[in-house]
Amino acid sequence: MTTSSTARLVTDPYDVEAIRADFPILARTMHDKPLAFLDSAASAQKPRHVIDAVSDVYEREYANVHRGLYQISEAVTERYEGTRDIIRDFIGAAHSHEIIFTRNATESINLIAHSFGRAFLKEGDEVVITELEHHANIVPWQMLRDEKGIVLKVAPITDEGELIMSAFEELLGPKTKLVAVSQMSNVLGTILPIEDIIHRAHAVGAKVLIDGCQAITHFPVDVQALGCDFYVFSGHKLYGPSGIGVLYGREELLNAMPPFMGGGDMISSVSFEKSTWAKLPHKFEAGTPAIAQAIGLGAAIEYVNGLGLAAIAAHEQDLLNYATQQLLSVRGLRIIGTAPNKASVISFMLDYAHPHDIATIIDRAGVAVRAGHHCAQPLMQRMDVPATTRASLGLYSNRADIDALVQALGDVEEFFG
Amino acid sequence: MSDDLRELYQEVILDHGKNPRNFHASDDATNEARGNNPLCGDQLVIYIKLDADGKIADASFLGKGCAISMASASMMTDLLKGRSAEEAQHMFEAFHHMCTGEGENVELDEDVEKLKVLSGVREFPTRVKCATLPWHTLVAALKGENEISTE
Ligand SMILES: Cc1ncc(COP(=O)(O)O)c(C=O)c1O
Repeated sequence: MTTSSTARLVTDPYDVEAIRADFPILARTMHDKPLAFLDSAASAQKPRHVIDAVSDVYEREYANVHRGLYQISEAVTERYEGTRDIIRDFIGAAHSHEIIFTRNATESINLIAHSFGRAFLKEGDEVVITELEHHANIVPWQMLRDEKGIVLKVAPITDEGELIMSAFEELLGPKTKLVAVSQMSNVLGTILPIEDIIHRAHAVGAKVLIDGCQAITHFPVDVQALGCDFYVFSGHKLYGPSGIGVLYGREELLNAMPPFMGGGDMISSVSFEKSTWAKLPHKFEAGTPAIAQAIGLGAAIEYVNGLGLAAIAAHEQDLLNYATQQLLSVRGLRIIGTAPNKASVISFMLDYAHPHDIATIIDRAGVAVRAGHHCAQPLMQRMDVPATTRASLGLYSNRADIDALVQALGDVEEFFG
Repeated sequence: MSDDLRELYQEVILDHGKNPRNFHASDDATNEARGNNPLCGDQLVIYIKLDADGKIADASFLGKGCAISMASASMMTDLLKGRSAEEAQHMFEAFHHMCTGEGENVELDEDVEKLKVLSGVREFPTRVKCATLPWHTLVAALKGENEISTE
């Protein structure tokens, strides 16, 4: 790396205060109070290492990629393409060309729906999702349903927020062509048993898409060991820039799929009669990509690797337990999502205040949470709540953040209790 | 605690939020519309009964929402009775100006002055829609539309 900051090396024990110092924004205040940022599930803050990597591109090495016959363009192309290797290793893919850059997970799923869905799914074919999906993993399939007449089936969850495996299995059959599920719920924190899901889906000949948006930031993922066909995530939740996302697909599937968008970069040759497509991964990357953002994502993964996802997971799990305990001591508080296997996200209700009022009041105490339906309206209906307040943890979250939240909830009680 | 929070959550608002007035469906409504706030998923339905002279004989609402939207809908339905659609539109404009500072500063009659307790939302840009959702929905209902979204 040519950036001024370095990725942190594994510290033992996990020194969260030192880690926080790597994130410049955490030093700021909100309404003159220390910032307690508990909204990392929506988008995570960026370490200096990532910020420097992005500015370094613009300050020293920016040009378009795959085009220039001059040194800067070659150098930036190498860094951009090198990011694919970093991501390949991070998720255990077999090849760098199985890593397709997109804008975000939403675009990755839409790419699959358009390309794989249009080419390989026909009327009457079934796509199975679950009740806890983000809108990004619902709406593209509904659009495909309206266009092609596929059937969308929804596997139910329990009141605690766990997938009901037997009911899921009942939905599978010879017509199931794709199973598309979240590895971790952005609202409930539930971690789904995707090994089992993938195994059962493959047993009926279905392909499997895993939405790893939340999971990828909290524990190690190995797509080959999992055996999934597609895996998608967004850079911005993984401490990288926004505007860059990833679609992993198995080579033979990606090769069989038609391009998603047409234009520059994705062609091999073009004439007015006929064009031929570029090879993977560029077949799916029409137009000038998010160059600095991709490189920034590479830096984010270096940073995360420096800490180690296992160490991050242990820290977050400890903090999740602390937060759960502290929050349950708040009068009238009920946690939505109580699966035994969950990570880093706590959605809750106060029986005397609406989530919006809660978020507004605690904002003035410097506490940033999300309130609303979290782009999962069907899940809200399933859990029978109009909205929730959600506190979510990142690798830099600490007990002081939780204490600030609990104390600020006291202000809410003062108004509404 | 900050003063603007106290300004926002005044006693009157907390009271209307907790015990909303006119909180029921209506069988004989002449006009009815659903309002959605896609940002938070809050929904409410406004029921209006216009009499033969085009005056609002009755107004009520149902829905789920934050204290601000509930209080706003509660106070609005209280104020509407006996007014014409035109007057209601005028009140909406006055209220909108009060909450956003946009549009014209319309003169308010004494009753409508009561709505001023909601003007604390000005300091909370993300909450303005909570206060104005019932009014947008009312305007839609009076125009004969069935559904609106505040975005
Ligand atoms: C589980 C899940 N899937 C998909 C998304 C969509 O991510 P993006 O908005 O970055 O495309 C999110 C983000 O909130 C998410 O949490």
